[in-house]
Amino acid sequence: MNFDYTEEQTLLENMVTSFVRDDYDWDTRCSIVKTEEGWKEENWKKFAELGLLGVPFDEDQGGLGGEATDIMIVMEQFGKGLVVEPYMPSIILAGGLISKLGSADQKNSIIPEIISGDRRYVFAYAEPQSRFDLFDVKCSATLDGDNYIINGFKSVVFGAGMATHLIISARTDGDQRSKSGITLFLVDIKSDGITLQNYPTIDEYRASEVVIENLTVSKENILGELGNSYEAIEEQVDLSTIAICSEAVGILQVLKDSTNDYCKNRKQFGQSISANQAIQHRLVDMMIEYEQAKSILYMAITADLSNSDERRKAASAAKARIGKAIKFVGENAIQLHGGMGVVDEYMISHFFKRATMIGILFGNVDFHMKRYTDLTQSNIQSINEDDGINLS
Amino acid sequence: MDTAFSSEDLKFQSDVREFISNNYPKELKDSIGTKRKTGKELSRDDLMSWHKILGKHNGWSAPGWPKQYGGAEFSPTQKYIFEQECARAECQYIMPFGVNMVGPVIYTFGNDEQKAKHLPGILSGDVFWCQGYSEPGSGSDLASLKTSAVKEGDHYVVNGQKTWTTLAQHADWIFCLVRTNPDAEKPQQGISFLLIDMKTPGITVRPIKLMDGSHEVNETWFDNVKVPVENLIGQENMGWTYAKFLLAHERSGIAGVARSKKALERIKQIASAEMSYGEPLIQDPAFKSKIANAELELSSLEYTELRTLAKDSAGKGPGPESSLLKIKGTDIQQMVTELAMEAVGYYANPHLGTTLSNEYVGPDYATNLSGSYFNFRKASIYGGSNEIQRNIIAKMVLGL
Repeated sequence: MNFDYTEEQTLLENMVTSFVRDDYDWDTRCSIVKTEEGWKEENWKKFAELGLLGVPFDEDQGGLGGEATDIMIVMEQFGKGLVVEPYMPSIILAGGLISKLGSADQKNSIIPEIISGDRRYVFAYAEPQSRFDLFDVKCSATLDGDNYIINGFKSVVFGAGMATHLIISARTDGDQRSKSGITLFLVDIKSDGITLQNYPTIDEYRASEVVIENLTVSKENILGELGNSYEAIEEQVDLSTIAICSEAVGILQVLKDSTNDYCKNRKQFGQSISANQAIQHRLVDMMIEYEQAKSILYMAITADLSNSDERRKAASAAKARIGKAIKFVGENAIQLHGGMGVVDEYMISHFFKRATMIGILFGNVDFHMKRYTDLTQSNIQSINEDDGINLS
Repeated sequence: MDTAFSSEDLKFQSDVREFISNNYPKELKDSIGTKRKTGKELSRDDLMSWHKILGKHNGWSAPGWPKQYGGAEFSPTQKYIFEQECARAECQYIMPFGVNMVGPVIYTFGNDEQKAKHLPGILSGDVFWCQGYSEPGSGSDLASLKTSAVKEGDHYVVNGQKTWTTLAQHADWIFCLVRTNPDAEKPQQGISFLLIDMKTPGITVRPIKLMDGSHEVNETWFDNVKVPVENLIGQENMGWTYAKFLLAHERSGIAGVARSKKALERIKQIASAEMSYGEPLIQDPAFKSKIANAELELSSLEYTELRTLAKDSAGKGPGPESSLLKIKGTDIQQMVTELAMEAVGYYANPHLGTTLSNEYVGPDYATNLSGSYFNFRKASIYGGSNEIQRNIIAKMVLGL
């Protein structure tokens, strides 16, 4: 047993680390989020040159054939730099759906374009009423000759303002909350019938509301089988959930380490505030939370993610546990920085805000605790009965 | 033991309720509501007009002040009722810097000229005060402050920097702790309490942006600022005594029970509108249980506050137990802002709920809830951090 990276993985880590260090220092990052566009397209080209855009794709498509560990390596370092370019939404989530469901033709024409950085897809799934249920889809697609006409509204689509294309989940059959009858459509973001309302998020990323009115999409642009995409959506969202957990672990490390340094340097009553046992114990608890977060992430990336139940459990376990760590480490990082923690000028509040928003993405602690509980605790009664254990 | 209001208290409650409903301007409510929701800075008028209305009505702008200084001199129970009714009607809260902080210092330790000069303006709301306590190197360890005041003839010359000066952008006057004796044996012994006109040459106010983007606090710089010696409160080098007196007053109002109650009601409304697992969120057992937990905490705190008030009215003073109100009160405020953010799911994301071209995004009630959560991290830091409050309880209450 070992938790070491392979030689290739170490090279990948070094590459992303030096990108963040050299091209994404704090001042650069702050200037990027203040621009009108809220990202830097040049960085995307750089990602393409470095091969980062190909990490999760198959080698026969021109990708690196990377697995969960490789994605973790990239996302963790991006977390440490609060990189705002839409890597997870576009490469992991939307890219993952296309790899999973695309026809040979679709993959051959789309994936090389994604890897070269010429196209960016993002997945529009959430709706105002859906909260975290991926199957709660009102957006409708009705057949009209060889085309589908799509109408609906998608909420908080991350990176849509930077995308060239969308994947839209729409209902071709079934009730609003039915797992069957959900179909995915590939569309050019400039199509008639799509209106984007772009906005900055509280943590300085970008998202959009997507209004879809009488959008015409040809049958050829269906991704995957008609009405049968829910399982693939759930799978790719689970893998993306593990990816953002990796980002969170990178952020938690910064929060923990910066707070440690701050407490050592900040002097009150003639000594470092870290000389107080109350502060020391808090810093220790933050370290423990960080290590537990990192461990559950390692559990998730080494789980058998090809087994759908194992994958569901791994993703929910990681997200629920890391969500708790985000709250503890994040809130205490701010608290121990005192006034310096609550100001915009100092970087710590930005890491806290991003971590908190990751806590909501793809489901908060309650959602994933419930999902994990439902997946793992439903057989307790029957185990007792089968074993003939009498508890009375 | 009897926690029911007396018939006089009930009469007082209905008087207050009626006064608010007849006198709280609807335009003010709308203006503040819109600005809060969209993260716009409140104007001086927004902050002060309710104060000014109360100032014209039996000293209600200063509920705790003695009648001889123009205050309402409410009993502790009346103060409690008054605060509850104001929160219930969502009135703009009264700025604490004049009424709760410097006012009591002036009427307790100031001379007759100072009382005559400053108390009427505080009472009427015409003069806006801010607090010059913290410095970059002096937060929890306030007594280490370095801003100096050197006496030259009939003036002090003040040099240094204050920070976290809340709403200094609106202030006419600042009350400051300054060092008048750098050679004192203990740092506490060389501090004086000065009142400084913000229009004096040499004062510069620079905004500090908080993490939700709001502008509430500032840095205030003093460069050879000449302050007349008659602006010294009490005796030179006795400022620490007045400062401690003031801090105890600051803490007593900090529990914010009535405001948190109102906020919880609002969360329940939001959770009835939001959907989760295809049902209203308020039906979700995990969420419901968190609301119930917050209500339990709040209910306990309410009775802790009432017990403190009862002691206070028996003439025993609020004492170091008020640190408990600060710790739990701010805990609950943070719990409540977090629950509100959590209720709206993905709609915690849009910054101020608007696009770059000012279109509204998401449900109206979701706007700026994450901003509030982030902003309220300050509550466990300001007014003496919750760690310092625990030190106070450990030392003063438990004798450790």
